[in-house]
Amino acid sequence: MTDGMPSGTTEPADGASTEAPSAGRSERRGSSGFGRYLLKHVGGAAVSLLLVLFSSFFIFRLIAGDPIDQLTKERPVTPEQREAMRAELGLDKPLWAQFVDYITGTLSGDLGSSFQFRRPIFDLIVERLPATLLLSGTGMVLAVLLGFWIGTRSGWRQGSRFDKGHVATGLLLYSAPTFWLGMIVILVFARYLGLFPVNGMRSPDTPPEFWPQAVDIGYHLVLPVLTYTAVVYAGYLMIMRSSLLDEIGSDYLTTARAKGLRDDEVRTKHAVPNALLPTVTLVFLALGGVVNGSIVTETVFSWPGLGSLFVQSIFYPDRPVLQALFVLFSSSTILAVLGAEILYWFIDPRIRRSG
Amino acid sequence: MTTTPISPRALRWARRRQSFTRSWNAYRSQRTGMIGLVLLGAIVILALAAPLLIDQSQLSVTQATGERMAPPSAGYPLGTDEVGRSILALTLWGSRLSLLIGLTATVVAIVIGTALGVTSGHIGGWYGWVALRVSDWFMVLPSLVVAIALLAVLGRSMSTTIIVIALVSWSGTTRLVRAQTLTVQARPYLERARALGAGHWHQMSKHILPNVLPLVLASATLLVPSAILMESSLAWLGLGDPNVVSWGSILNRASNNGAVSAHAWWYLLPPGLAILLVVLAFMMCGRALEAVFNPRLRGEQG
Repeated sequence: MTDGMPSGTTEPADGASTEAPSAGRSERRGSSGFGRYLLKHVGGAAVSLLLVLFSSFFIFRLIAGDPIDQLTKERPVTPEQREAMRAELGLDKPLWAQFVDYITGTLSGDLGSSFQFRRPIFDLIVERLPATLLLSGTGMVLAVLLGFWIGTRSGWRQGSRFDKGHVATGLLLYSAPTFWLGMIVILVFARYLGLFPVNGMRSPDTPPEFWPQAVDIGYHLVLPVLTYTAVVYAGYLMIMRSSLLDEIGSDYLTTARAKGLRDDEVRTKHAVPNALLPTVTLVFLALGGVVNGSIVTETVFSWPGLGSLFVQSIFYPDRPVLQALFVLFSSSTILAVLGAEILYWFIDPRIRRSG
Repeated sequence: MTTTPISPRALRWARRRQSFTRSWNAYRSQRTGMIGLVLLGAIVILALAAPLLIDQSQLSVTQATGERMAPPSAGYPLGTDEVGRSILALTLWGSRLSLLIGLTATVVAIVIGTALGVTSGHIGGWYGWVALRVSDWFMVLPSLVVAIALLAVLGRSMSTTIIVIALVSWSGTTRLVRAQTLTVQARPYLERARALGAGHWHQMSKHILPNVLPLVLASATLLVPSAILMESSLAWLGLGDPNVVSWGSILNRASNNGAVSAHAWWYLLPPGLAILLVVLAFMMCGRALEAVFNPRLRGEQG
């Protein structure tokens, strides 16, 4: 697993005790409805997004130094040429004006152009986004389903062989570095067994019709998705398991049993819906880990998505692309958390009461 | 019979010893925790003893003696890399750097996280609010993206790697410590301390900090593995210090030199398994510690 999911296995324990984000911010004044709740959280997200823009400007313009040195690293240039380039990139303006330019540019979708591809970054992103969404979307759905399904059963029969086996497997997979797992998967399934392609998303000799293309992409998708799911599902398993453990022993479960409900019914109709509440937030909060995972997986499998573009841009170095993707990745996790907060309003009635 | 009055200091130490013994007994009863501890001890001893076992000259690219990319043999029990160095020597020496960076980054992160957590919980007000918001912000950002961005502009060296990893890992600790600080704050003995005129510094250092430290220890144990994984990912991407050998950098060379297409399993398995084992050992210890210090989890593991 890549690093950055401390919110995975470690989180269930302390994550549940450090209140869910929405519950923590609840105000004690009387409720004035969804509008106010929405406004508060949208406002918070807007401030976070602004902070991302600010820090990206800080990192890539202030710490990184003059981009002209990089653009001209191998060519001799006259001072006049330098000045012309500076003017073209808007670097001759005062810093605050550059910052304003940067903010307005980013907000209007003008992300500058890539040093390595000599093309607008916006087009590059549009071109590569589907590949990323396909890989991480498929992997995420599989990981969530698998993690919830096993986590529920594990937690419900805590201490059973099923539980111990799955917790051990989950911890083991969580402990493996994503990139290494990918390399081993390639070595075994593509090199030794020859079952799947080594990397990439398409074979060059596939007919251009829809179905052959879809089958070909699906075929290329198997190993990356396998790696990605293996690494991500363990976090969900642990989160679901520990939320279910929090519910076990609650009075309402005893009541449900006393009513004569079967064990399965108690689990699916009473325990699981309640355990899902904290889980939903934690899953959204763990999205940072999902982004981390997709960057590494795409790089191992040379998957033509945004993550591999990000890594590819490190060594060129293609700073405009790095900067744009930094903003994009960070904003997507902030928006995901906002989504979770809004969703929470609808699935947890307690928030509506406390404002 | 009269007993000599015990000095407050001796009393304090006696109590600490007592609570340590209690925690140790609770820890010892957990099998996974003990397995993790033994595993960790073995790895740390191997890492410390590396210079005694294998001479550092074996890491030199120019003085490599083996055949290139050769499978395991009598002279090279784990085979060789693309310039003929022993994989065993690389993996053993790599442990030192991976552990060093993981531990140092964690210490830095924990110090920042605890300081901000205690002060934001204790002082509160707008300062507490800002500290909480900033740590929330860091918690949501994808850590690898931030780390890559920073390393790409700061340049590659061991100290930048440590700082960057610490920077993306402190936020969870702040939240945890702040929550615990708020709980401790509400207890009567703090009210008593305040009534007796204790200042903020005294309250924080003598009353709150000793109470949050056990939780900090547990969360630190769980931060080390993620710091080690982060370091290995960064080094594998080529963002590690080019002058040193870590597990991630070994795998980076393996990738760049076609170890996968050469079916060089001996090149890939040792460093990867080493990372997996260390991370697993820390996680086992951390989960056991958490079960000791977090009463909510008690009884969770047999």
